[in-house]
Amino acid sequence: MPWTAGYSAMKKITAPINRIIPFSNVDGPSNRTAIFFQGCQFNCRFCHNPETIHMCVHCGECVEICPVKALSIQDGRVVWNKELCVNCDTCIRTCTRSASPKVTEMTVDELLPQIERVRPYIQGITLSGGECTIYKDFIIELFPRVKEMGLTTLLDSNGSLDFEKNPEILEYCDGVMLDVKAADKDFHEWLVRHSNETVLRNLEYLLRAGKLYEVRTIIFPGRDKDNTDTVSYVSRIIQDRCIYKIIRYRQFGVREEQQRILGDDTTDEAYAKTFVELARSLGAAKAYLV
Amino acid sequence: MSDALNIVKDTTLTYPQTLLALAKLGENTDHTIRFSDEYYTAKEEGALCDLNEGNLPYRPRYICPDYDLLFAKGCDFLGIEPPKDLLEAINALEIFYNHVPSITCYPVYLGDLDHLLEPFVLKEDRAFAKKVLKLFLLHIDKVLTDSFVHADIGPQDSVTGRILLELTEEMQLAIPNITLKYDPELTSDDFALACVRCMLKTAKPSFANHRMFAKEWGEDYAIASCYNGLKKAGGGFTLPRMRLYECSLHAKDPEDFLNVWLPHYIDLQLEYMDKRVRFCVEESNFFKSNFLVTEGFVKQESFTGMFGLVGLAECVNHLLNIKDNKKGFGMNKEATALGLRIMDAIDKRVAAHTAPYCDAFDHRYRLHAQVGIDTDGMDDSPGTRIPIFAEPTMLEQLEVNEQFHPYFPTGTGDIFKFEETYEKTPEAILPIIKGSLSRGLRYFSGYLENCDVVRVTGYLVKKSEIEKLRQKKQSLNNVTIFGKGAQDGAHALDRRIQRHEEDHSTHQ
Repeated sequence: MPWTAGYSAMKKITAPINRIIPFSNVDGPSNRTAIFFQGCQFNCRFCHNPETIHMCVHCGECVEICPVKALSIQDGRVVWNKELCVNCDTCIRTCTRSASPKVTEMTVDELLPQIERVRPYIQGITLSGGECTIYKDFIIELFPRVKEMGLTTLLDSNGSLDFEKNPEILEYCDGVMLDVKAADKDFHEWLVRHSNETVLRNLEYLLRAGKLYEVRTIIFPGRDKDNTDTVSYVSRIIQDRCIYKIIRYRQFGVREEQQRILGDDTTDEAYAKTFVELARSLGAAKAYLV
Repeated sequence: MSDALNIVKDTTLTYPQTLLALAKLGENTDHTIRFSDEYYTAKEEGALCDLNEGNLPYRPRYICPDYDLLFAKGCDFLGIEPPKDLLEAINALEIFYNHVPSITCYPVYLGDLDHLLEPFVLKEDRAFAKKVLKLFLLHIDKVLTDSFVHADIGPQDSVTGRILLELTEEMQLAIPNITLKYDPELTSDDFALACVRCMLKTAKPSFANHRMFAKEWGEDYAIASCYNGLKKAGGGFTLPRMRLYECSLHAKDPEDFLNVWLPHYIDLQLEYMDKRVRFCVEESNFFKSNFLVTEGFVKQESFTGMFGLVGLAECVNHLLNIKDNKKGFGMNKEATALGLRIMDAIDKRVAAHTAPYCDAFDHRYRLHAQVGIDTDGMDDSPGTRIPIFAEPTMLEQLEVNEQFHPYFPTGTGDIFKFEETYEKTPEAILPIIKGSLSRGLRYFSGYLENCDVVRVTGYLVKKSEIEKLRQKKQSLNNVTIFGKGAQDGAHALDRRIQRHEEDHSTHQ
């Protein structure tokens, strides 16, 4: 295939962008632009913005209920008018499919000017989601261009993409922020409704490749064994080689039926701190509570 | 009751506050300086405001003494010898400050304290130096009881600068206001970060664009009062302000405003300034016999007049018939473009005016974005700021500011209130400051939403002190009353909070 064929094919790559936050202080070091992609293969019970999990199927239920008529159906597709939208999120509450009509399909060339605008004020960008690595071809095209701007590039990932088999995505990536939601296979499958096999392989591979920026684990109320298993597993592997963020479960935004299972209260701070101590005692010196 | 009787019976006034109020009353019985009828009409309409400067300018509004000269040769009038150690240096400053007048009666510029004191601090044990500086700051807060009292630090890192930051955070005092003269090439990231941490907890220091000020004023500039750029060994004669919203009320449309009413009010404000400057220089005793002048601590030619304005946003929104501020200036390209046209027109007309004196400034006044006063209410936002409750995202707010800040060599600034997570991530703020200063921002202030010491519009107050006034108790700081008024009338403390938007990450 001539190289131009590949080039023109690349030009057409798009990805669904749920949201761009120009200034974020919680998506990696310094001030960063966080770009949230739509869609995730996991379906975490604790997900607190479940509207990013699935793609819109254009059923139109949200269109009628929008109080400011910011949604319409054109050619069988739900179309979102940003100018009219007041972000009341009625559409998101209405959606029964864990999706959002407020998603923009963008090419790299459309996204880059938005990053360029913020460039003077940020150290880098972080791709998040949803699960950004679903759109790995988009990222492979985007990252070198972002590096040319003098910015750093981080991926915030659920670890579902096997990074060892996709080295191109890491070539222009400064690091991955990896969620290890559960070490135990069965608990992971119950919690996330997906296997953790690749996640755990990625944990070791990224560390070896020098691309693991941080690992995050959520501490759930009353689940001593599961919490202990995961924190111990991660700590023994990462030691002091990367940041380990211990995060408390928070009920905000979690679907009601899941709150009934996981709890309708935030994990107690003192309880969560015991897992920071556990992590440190096992050698994860850079563990801290968020 | 007479005004005087009202003042002396007001139980919320401290003794110095009572005295100053009576002095102003006395000053205003004189009407030697007369203005044109048009000027008085404009004042009556609220289009022009003299900030209650008083009828007789018996000293310039802002005075920025040459403290290097004090340390080099001492002061004959006050019997001060050049200091030889830290205690003598502090003592010399404390004595001197009490003799530096201003519109508020307190010194609005305390000097570049790190630069002045560093040679003496380095000769002492650090703990001792810190104790001395602690007492110095306590003296300032309790004796110079006015938030317009302002000290500068930077651009270079120093032991004194570090100690002052530590003490500022530990002591949680509203006075003095502090500015870091910030230049990313001269100021280390480590020192700048220490300043950000301190700013989050105490609303100071603010970050001044050192390169921008140094280019306009030379290296010998001072940041005084709220955020006022002035020349060291000089200062500002006077600061009246156009209330642009009121100025726009007679205009039929933007062109009528730009062609007829704006020049009309600009010329009246210039008339006011010229007459005050002449009186201050030619009639009052200050430039003839005050020791600050006779001993060379200030030079008359290094003073300029500050041409102030407020309410650009409301003026523009009125002229374009925009009722909702959220759709107006700062959020709407047409409105912002009109704002720039108005600023260009003001800049050009003021620059075309030959001012009396102001020799070091080519006989020109300099523009100033005034921060508003406690009685402004919601009609006039400070300077060229986007109105409270209509602020867009921080990025958009900075982009608007960057276009307007270059117009104001004698000062402008904006204030950003940060959500608590920033306490743990000060390194996320420094790139924002660096980026915006490189793009034309002149002055950046910030604080955490849960602070006690907060920045109202340009000056600092303690929320706990405002509460005292609400309970009809006295507040030592003369400015607390302004903070209370600005909060009650203009919601000055309710500005948008920069949040980390935690609900947008799937990963909790």
